[in-house]
This record gives sequence, structure tokens and C-alpha cells, in this order.
Amino acid sequence: MAYRKTVASLVAAAALLGTSSASYAATDITWWHAMGGKLGEVVNQISTDYNDSQDACSLTPVYKGGYEDTLTAGIAAFRAGEQPNIIQVFDAGAATIIGAKGAVVPVEDLLKANDVPFNIEDYIAGVRYFYADSDGKMIGMPFNSSAPILYINDDAMKKAGVEAPKTYEEFEAITPKLKEAGYIPFVQSHLPWEFVENFKSRHNLQFATNNNGYEGATGTELVFGEPIKNHFKAAKKWLDEGLFGYYGTGWADNQQPFNEGKVALWIGSSGSFGGIADTVDFPFSATFLPYWESVEGANKASFIGGAALFAMSGKSDEENKCVASFFEYLTTPEVQYMWHKETGYVPITEAAYALAKKDGHYERTPAAEVGIQQLSLPGGEWTKGYRMGFYVQIRDVMNRELGKVFSGEASVDEAFATIKADGDKLLARFAKTIDN
Amino acid sequence: MWRACPGNRKARHVVRGEAMKKVQFNTPAVPYLLLFPQLAIVAVFFLWPAAEAVRSSFYLEDPFGFGSTFVGFDNFVDTVTSTNYGRVARFTGVFTFLVTILSLGAALLLAVKADKVLRGASSYKTLLMWVYAVAPPVAGLIGILLFDQHVGPIVKFVALLGWHLQIGVDYYDTAFAMIVASVWKQIPVNFIFFLSGLQSISKSVQEAASIDCRSGFRRFWTVTFPLLAPTGFFLLIINITYAMFDTFGIIDVVLKTEPGNNPVTLVYKVYLDGFRGNDLGGSSAQSVLLMIVVFILTIIQFRLIERRVHYT
Repeated sequence: MAYRKTVASLVAAAALLGTSSASYAATDITWWHAMGGKLGEVVNQISTDYNDSQDACSLTPVYKGGYEDTLTAGIAAFRAGEQPNIIQVFDAGAATIIGAKGAVVPVEDLLKANDVPFNIEDYIAGVRYFYADSDGKMIGMPFNSSAPILYINDDAMKKAGVEAPKTYEEFEAITPKLKEAGYIPFVQSHLPWEFVENFKSRHNLQFATNNNGYEGATGTELVFGEPIKNHFKAAKKWLDEGLFGYYGTGWADNQQPFNEGKVALWIGSSGSFGGIADTVDFPFSATFLPYWESVEGANKASFIGGAALFAMSGKSDEENKCVASFFEYLTTPEVQYMWHKETGYVPITEAAYALAKKDGHYERTPAAEVGIQQLSLPGGEWTKGYRMGFYVQIRDVMNRELGKVFSGEASVDEAFATIKADGDKLLARFAKTIDN
Repeated sequence: MWRACPGNRKARHVVRGEAMKKVQFNTPAVPYLLLFPQLAIVAVFFLWPAAEAVRSSFYLEDPFGFGSTFVGFDNFVDTVTSTNYGRVARFTGVFTFLVTILSLGAALLLAVKADKVLRGASSYKTLLMWVYAVAPPVAGLIGILLFDQHVGPIVKFVALLGWHLQIGVDYYDTAFAMIVASVWKQIPVNFIFFLSGLQSISKSVQEAASIDCRSGFRRFWTVTFPLLAPTGFFLLIINITYAMFDTFGIIDVVLKTEPGNNPVTLVYKVYLDGFRGNDLGGSSAQSVLLMIVVFILTIIQFRLIERRVHYT
């Protein structure tokens, strides 16, 4: 009996398969991404919705592990001629893929070639140029865009009788009270992103020569001045006084004490919002990443974090047309709003932001708006972004040397001297790989 | 009364069997044919990649493979002159030494003791061996659970003793956890080999020795230990290789792929620069250096140490 049933179902399945592939010859495109867990579910949902919305193209999303894994897999596949149509590349890998001339079809060209209307002004200010070339042409389609923001344990504020700080000066005034109230006053979760890159952006400070690296790889060098060194000297002092907690390079190790309610103020990603809302059992809110008022011209927008989608080259026009059509679908206000609402990543177009406002999303959850507000703060000369090759390794160098500061193995000045020396060496090596 | 214990020389009963009969193939092609699969595997999985690594160590290449420039020894110079490389190399040396010594020492002790157990011997041995079946990443995972900053029982225990153990923050604490996990993972392998080595020592030799010498400790060093030397030498090579290369999984899990200010071994650095950082030239240069180190190490092992080992 069982045997018969199996055979019958197999035949039925084969028949179904036959009809489905015969009934419409949809063009298959693949999308390699790095969105695990809850985020991956939303990615799958978007793909399914897209496939249901039209018949010509069939999109398959494939989870390839973390950001670094996805980029490495994409590179290996490209070299073997088996690259996916779309690959998600994170901020630190942007220079690698954009620098390799010919690895991708610029999204602006792709959309225009396939008659999809494109206007860079439709995108929110913060995301327009981060994944663009030096002429301002958009190369990668911003996808999951986030900003580092300050999460606040409201119970801790109430218990200590203080208000959440906007500046590090205000922060220094309230930390002793938070400590007295039994909390670890302050924890971050990603030193290069939150304390270096966005420190540069929030204070409108130059990060690298050659216009933060946008004007070419050759001769690009890191720039570190007094403000950032003073920031780390202050942070080391807070650490020694028990006002700041540092739990290593791992993001989760630093988030966990906040989730457990032991930490008063935590810098996380605007994309952490959905996860925290599901996990913690205390009331929380969020505000902008703090800045030092003493640094002139501070309180500017932060860099866009997260990742972008790149259309890889070497694909047929037919497949590229499908990629363009998917990008068009992805940037519709409805899809962007759904992505924003489910994950906490910011909507990338003005229209989607307007839709979220109209729908009352921010009245229900004010913390969800902090990321996009911060990205919409006035920009400055140095807030557009940065473009540096081998940047994954440069971040590793930062984590290593700044970790030494917190473990007492190196002084702040020594650490930044090493970061600059090793970082500049990596940048020079990268320049040699692409400018030849 | 104190009696002289037998020296190394006396204990070695070299029993030679009959000279092996010579067997020859009728056609010269057959042995090559039989060797072919093995040689093919060596060529495809070792020689070819090794040659490729040597080649790309002299080039600087963009990750996507659009162009590569011949840079001579630049990659090697960059590697050796970087401040961090020396630190990683030193750590690799210390790590390899400690993991090898500790896992061999602990396994030998356990094997000698297990060899003497009469009742419940098999369950005792099984308990010691089961860790062998644990995959390195799983060993690392168990390690980080035990050593977790926030919930790890070991961390809580040593906190009682006043040690603020912080994996991932303190360089030495992380190194400590890596060594403990790596040693723990390797003990069963060594234990199995040592135990079988002990069991193959003939009873008559041991009985003769115990008539000559009452001190069990002396007997061990003068009779048992030299007879274990072939096993020990084999394990020494295996363990050095293990500590230098196979601990990758444990290190990766302990670091959660975020190196930060944590100790890493040379092999792990090759991976970080090559696969995480996409610097193929630099990573290849490092792996070529590593190949040279292994080459030298192998010569030392076979030239210097094996001479002192006697096979029965």
C-alpha cells in the first residue's frame, strides 16, 4: 500500500513539475545574501512576493553565511564563471567589488538600460553616494541600510533619575549616577563602525586622503587627528572607572548584557531594533549616536551602514532585465516599508519613508525612526562615506589595536600609530592590485 | 636494598623475524598502475595547489582576478616586516609547544594508569576515548560555552578564585581557553596510541624488569618509556601537525571569526588574509613560508629525533 502511494505521489509530482516548467519559461535569477535568522525569512518573503507579482522572472535567494563569507563565495564563483546575478556586499567590502572594474554592472546603468526610471534624488540623502563612484554614479543598490544608534534602558534612566544623553559631555555627567543605580552605564558593540567610522562622520572629520578614498586608491592614507584619540582616551578612562563595559570584538558578546538588563546605554544598529523588541523585558527607547560638543561642527549625519545589492557582470541581457525588474520592485514604497517595519533597517527612498510616516509607524514605535532621522541630519564635507580597499583587514587591525588599548597593552597614541601604519600598507597594496 | 635498574640498552630485545620474501611483479607497469590512484591524489590535492600557492605568492592580484602584477618578493617582505606577523609566529610556536607537551603528557599519564586498572577497565577507557569522536568545531563550541564571558561555568568558578577571565578581551585568557580546548580534544587520540603501545610491551620484559628494579617510577623511565619511543615519536609528529594545523576549527569557534586582539596561529592568519581579506598574494606568501617551516620541521624530526628511536 505504502509503495503504491509513494509511486502515485512521485508520478503526480513529476507531472506537476513537467507542467510547471512547460507552462511558462521564466528567466531564473539568483540572489546571494548574508541575511540569516529573522532577516533571512523576510528576504525569502520578499522573493516569494516578487515571484508571485509577475511571470517573466523567477528569483531564488540563497543564504551564503556572514557578510565576509558571502563576498568570498561571490568572488570565487566569479572567478569560476558561476557568479550569481545579484550579490549582497557589505559596507566594508564595497571598495573591493567597486574597485574591481568589470565585476559588476552599475545599478544606474542597469536600470537605465532596461527603461526603469531612476533618479538618485528619490533616495534618502544618507544612502545616495555611499555605494557610488567618484562621479556620483550609483554602482550598488542600497539594500539593508542601518545607522549606529544609542539604545536606552528606560528603567535605568528612571532609577538613576537622569535623562538619556545627546552628547558625550552630557553622558559623562550622568554616568556616575547610572553606576550608583547598579548598571553598567555604557557599552558599544563594534569599535570600527561605531567609534571610528561613524565618529568621523558624526563629527565631520576627514577619514582618509583622496577625499576619503573616493578619488582613487593610489595614495589613499588614513587620517587620525586629536578628536578621535581623545575619544578613545576618554573611553579607556571610563573603562578603568567602571563606567564603560568592553566585551571583545564579537557583536553578540556586547549586546547580551544590554539584553539582560544590566546595561543602561548601548550602541547598536538601527537594524537591531526588531531583535531587541522581541527579546528584552524592559521598556527601551533609542536616540542618536552621541557626539562631542567640544568638536567644532559636530552632530552631522552618520555613514550608512549595512549592505548593498550588486548586479554581477557576465550575464545575459535577459537575466539583467530581470535583475532590473527586481530592483524596481524592491524600491517600491510598499516593499521598502515592509522591510523597514519587519527588520528595523531604514527605508532607502523618500517615498517609503513618507509611507511609513503616513501609516503611523513612528507613533507606534518611535525608536524605529531614530536611524533614518540620524541619516537625514545635515551632512558635511566628510559624511558622504569612505572608499578603502582591503577594508575588512583594516577593520581587523582596528579591532586588534583598539582592543589592546582596552586591555592595557598599548596606549591610544601607539594604537593609532599602528592602525595608520598597517592600514596605509594595506591600502597601498590594494592600490597596486587595481591600478595596474 | 637499592638495586641498579636496567639501563636502556638491556631492555631492548631486538627480535628480528625471518628476512621478508621478495615478491616481484611480472610486468613493470603493474606497480605503477597500483600506485597511480595515490599519486594522482597527491598531485591533485597537494602538488597542484602548492605550486599554485608558490606562483601566486609572487603576484599581487585583485580579488576578482582581473589583473595580477608580478611583484617579486614584495609579498614575503610585507609579510615578514609586518609587526603582527612576528607576534602571530611567536604565539604559534608557544601554542604548538604547549599543546603538544600537555596533550602527550596527560595522555601518557592516563594510559599508564589505565593500563594498570583491573576492574572496570573498559568503561574507564571508553570514557577517556569518546572525546575522540567530537569534531573540532564542536570541541571549540563546548569550549566557548564553558568559557563564555557571561554564562560560562569555568569563568564563574575562577572568579571565585579572584581571576577575572575574559575570553575575547584579554589576549592571554583567550590563549588559555584555546590551549585547554585543543589539549582536551587531542588527549584521547594520544591515549589510544599510548595504551596500545603499552599493551604491546611483552610481559616477560616487564617481569624481568620488576625483578631487577623495585622502583616503579625508575622502571617506567628505563624500560617502558624507551619501548614506547616509536609510538611516542609517531605521536610527536602527529601532535605538532595537529597543534599547528588541525586546531583551526577550535580557534575559529573560540574567536567567532572575529580575530580582534586575540591570539591566532599562522594557519588561521593565512585564512583570515586570504578568505576574509581577499588578499591572495599576501596569503599565498604566508602559506609558502608555512610550507618551508613544515619542511624544515620534518627534516629535523627525521634526522635528529628518529635516530634515537629504536623500532623492534
